[in-house]
Amino acid sequence: MIINHPLLGPRDSEEFVYLGSTDLIDRPTNWEKSAAAEDFHQYQYIRENIAGDIQELWYHEQGDQSWLVVTRSTLTHEISNVELAQDFSRVKGRGK
Amino acid sequence: MSQINRIDGGLIDQEKVLNFTFNGQILKGYEGDTLASALLANNKHLIGRSFKYHRPRGIVTAGSEEPNAIMEIGNGAYKEPNTRATVTQLYNGLEANSQNHKGPLSFDFMAITDFLSPLLGAGFYYKTFMWPKGFWEKFYEPAIRKSAGLGTLSTEADPDTYDKGFRHCDILIIGAGATGLSAALTAANSGAKIILADEDFLMGGRLNSETNEIDGMAGSEWAKKTVAKLGAMENVTLMSDTTVFGAYDHGIYGAIENRASEAREDNDKPRQVNWRIYTKRAILCAGATERLIAFGNNDRPGIMFASAVRTYLNRFAVATGQRISVYTNNDDGWKTAKDLNAKGFRVAAVIDSRSISPVMRVPGAEIYMATDVVDTKGRRALKSIQLSNGKSIDTDTLAVSGGWNPNLHFTCHHRGVPKWNEEIASFVPDSSPPVGMSVAGRAKGTMVLADAIIEGHNQGSCVAADLGYKTSESKPASTPVVSYNISANWGVPSGKNRAWVDFQNDVTAKDIKLANQEGFKSVEHVKRYTTLGMATDQGKTANVLAIGIMAENMGQTMEDTGTTIFRPPYVPVAIGAFAGRRRGMEFYPTRYTPSHNWSTEQNAIFVEVGMWYRSQWFPLPGETHWRQTVDREVRQTRSSVGICDVTTLGKIDIKGEDVSEFLNKVYANAFAKVPVGKTRYGLMLREDGIAMDDGTAARMSENHFVMTTTTANAVSVYRHLQFCHQCLWPDLDVHMISVTEQYAQYAVAGPNSRKLLEKIVDPECDISNEAFPYMAAGEITVCGGTAARLFRISFSGELAYEIAVPTRYGDSLMRVLMEAGEEFNVIPYGTEALGVMRIEKGHAAGPELNGQTSAYDLGMGGMISGKKDFIGYTLGLREELQRDDRMQMVGFKPVNTSDLLLAGSHLLGLRDKATTENDQGWISSCIYSPILGHYLGIGFIKGGHNRKGENVRAVDLVRGNDVEVEICSPHFVDPEGERLRV
Repeated sequence: MIINHPLLGPRDSEEFVYLGSTDLIDRPTNWEKSAAAEDFHQYQYIRENIAGDIQELWYHEQGDQSWLVVTRSTLTHEISNVELAQDFSRVKGRGK
Repeated sequence: MSQINRIDGGLIDQEKVLNFTFNGQILKGYEGDTLASALLANNKHLIGRSFKYHRPRGIVTAGSEEPNAIMEIGNGAYKEPNTRATVTQLYNGLEANSQNHKGPLSFDFMAITDFLSPLLGAGFYYKTFMWPKGFWEKFYEPAIRKSAGLGTLSTEADPDTYDKGFRHCDILIIGAGATGLSAALTAANSGAKIILADEDFLMGGRLNSETNEIDGMAGSEWAKKTVAKLGAMENVTLMSDTTVFGAYDHGIYGAIENRASEAREDNDKPRQVNWRIYTKRAILCAGATERLIAFGNNDRPGIMFASAVRTYLNRFAVATGQRISVYTNNDDGWKTAKDLNAKGFRVAAVIDSRSISPVMRVPGAEIYMATDVVDTKGRRALKSIQLSNGKSIDTDTLAVSGGWNPNLHFTCHHRGVPKWNEEIASFVPDSSPPVGMSVAGRAKGTMVLADAIIEGHNQGSCVAADLGYKTSESKPASTPVVSYNISANWGVPSGKNRAWVDFQNDVTAKDIKLANQEGFKSVEHVKRYTTLGMATDQGKTANVLAIGIMAENMGQTMEDTGTTIFRPPYVPVAIGAFAGRRRGMEFYPTRYTPSHNWSTEQNAIFVEVGMWYRSQWFPLPGETHWRQTVDREVRQTRSSVGICDVTTLGKIDIKGEDVSEFLNKVYANAFAKVPVGKTRYGLMLREDGIAMDDGTAARMSENHFVMTTTTANAVSVYRHLQFCHQCLWPDLDVHMISVTEQYAQYAVAGPNSRKLLEKIVDPECDISNEAFPYMAAGEITVCGGTAARLFRISFSGELAYEIAVPTRYGDSLMRVLMEAGEEFNVIPYGTEALGVMRIEKGHAAGPELNGQTSAYDLGMGGMISGKKDFIGYTLGLREELQRDDRMQMVGFKPVNTSDLLLAGSHLLGLRDKATTENDQGWISSCIYSPILGHYLGIGFIKGGHNRKGENVRAVDLVRGNDVEVEICSPHFVDPEGERLRV
């Protein structure tokens, strides 16, 4: 597979390490609340098994060490979008 | 009697004679021959035995689809089984041996299975060896194993060299026949970067085998000229003898290039190169493969594809027999009769199953229309054929054509499903090949050469234009239009006689029928039940025929029956070609620490830790057992001073205004208030609350920490930290970089360690106990101005330091330290002594951080901060992870101090039987302590923290050890940590 790195251009997927769904970005922040146990359980273990486009995290380990959000179809492996995870997570409201 | 079947001409060099052997017999062929053509030239039709019934078999095809002519080539370690003779280019000294027989090829003792065939139908093994139950393992399976398998392995390491290569192009053209060459011409003229790959060592495809005329010259001549023209263009790369074997994601193709002739001259050169070709577009011009017709005893040596007979005749100047007959269901089969006539051979008969008038006049041949071949005679060579009209015809070669199957494999590598085309009675590619791939010519089902050339020509310019290249108007090559008409013929009722479908796996029409009758309706199920199409040829000649037979059996259409899924590789690819140069020591990179040479000079014994080579111990003259060495290293370190290379630990430099907040989020213990100049032990958890890694982090300045990780997790921890920063807390002001390879680091441990260091640390740096206490960290200089980092941390439990210098000074520092330490009898120690001392101190390491243990299990529950959110906090609180009866880490010492204790021992109650139900835990790390004078271990036992003082047994059934041990604290030496602080 080829991942079109937003900074470095097309790179072979061999240079990357795969992690999983971008669900991993949505880490709960309510650690002090009683709902935390359930929310962290959902966060850690529960994933949609999507036939179609999914957003997933790839790490450019043999490159610039950036985490990327790759939008890939699980049916065809076509990659329709690649962006920096840092930007993506900010849009999702993550900061400090 | 040399080459009795050879005639004049052909695309071979009849001046260059090559000697080769077949089953020990010395034979001759010519430059340009394949092994198969040379064998046929020498009238060797019987070339092997079939897999299951050991039937005599002959060469059937002239290409990579060959099911029968698979041989062992070479000898000794170089022997390679299952090599297709039809694609093996002949060379001087080639040694070929036939496979699958006991005793001589002409009399195979295993041929008895052929007479037992009524017993050996589809699903035979599944049905027969069910009972009695115990017999399978002891009797049936070994017996079947012995008779199964295609060819034999040398069982020696492969002495050949393989390589990998990478190429990029705009357009990859797969197949250099008439269509591919036409496509290459227009595409290349546009300036696009072209790779043209063909599996044959001679480009031209069927043009080299047929007698077509193109642009007023012989087709093979046109091919040769076109290849030369393309070869002269800078933007064209020709890859002959290169088989594309798979279409992968995003325009990546795998191709295997055969370079055997070069490798024979020089063994360092690769025998094969596994190419990864990155393309923007690909044009599939792979042509078509002929198929058989299922009739009685259709597998005798001498029964061949009609197209193969023409290939041998026209390209290799070999007449496969003296009395050749043709059996066909399409116009193409008649070409064989025509070409034979043209070379002066009389054709015995042409049999066409269609009810039409003869396609052409064949002087001297008996012509039978609307007639089938129903049976054949001749055990080791074809003697005669029996026709449906009752006639018998003496013949030594039967050229069969059941029609052509487009080579559409790559169009289905991304799960495309072929469509049935009634007009050409074949499957054709569907409308959704892999992205970027288009198809032209016979691979697409365009069976008429003139049309295929136009299609290739147009496709080449179309695809180039699509990529933005300017194409110029040009005319496609011209050739007379020769029509292709076919009427499907899958086979004829053959009575008691077996009609073969898959030659290599010995599957007959009857097997398919039986499978259908027994309820196997899906083509995928029939494949697995009968093993149809599962041999090394992957059913290239068998599958469509089998689908036709299934459709007839079940009274359904070809479309409804469907094909099995096509998967890479298209041809068998040696595992060695996937490994390339990554074998033995080159399997992965070798990492040496900066003082590796110094260690080698000390005769260190090395151990591989991941990719690193670490010194395991340093034997002195006279030491005969590793324990002597390790015991000495431990005693000397604990009594004076020892030095250990700890460069391999992961080292990460982290800077930024929010660095302490960041560390507070990734470590389970508190990090917000680490003072500048202090080091802190840190435990990292995974988000699920399980221990991930441990190490230290030293605050060098307000906004600067230096972190260490374990050697094993250096890469994954760094990756995790980057994840935490970029994905979870992107606005934290944190910048990090791995400096594992930038610093050489040494542990200097033992009561004299400070005295030693004071000799090399520059005088302005005060490292006295008061100025530089336990857990201190700081930037210093050594040896008159060399920058270094000093950490007062201890893994051994002694007064100890770790000193880091830039990598380039590592070797010198080691030498300087050893020289300075002479007066203290300093010794270097390796990973074994390091391990002994850490177990004496009860520090958890790899065997304890095993991916199953929580901080509580490790006895570090007290460290966990309850005042902050950190990775692993919430899920680490789960009840299950905090239960008191979990496997908890404790120490173990033998009750009888002379007893041997072994890591891996399981823990049992004193009177319990050694069974799984009674298992209470295990010893994870175990050493002999030279300080305490007995073995001791750390490990895990149910509820261990509350069982100290209790005795259990440590049992190792594998090595026969069963000793009573006491559960104790894992801190065996200096449990109060007094030595650290002096």
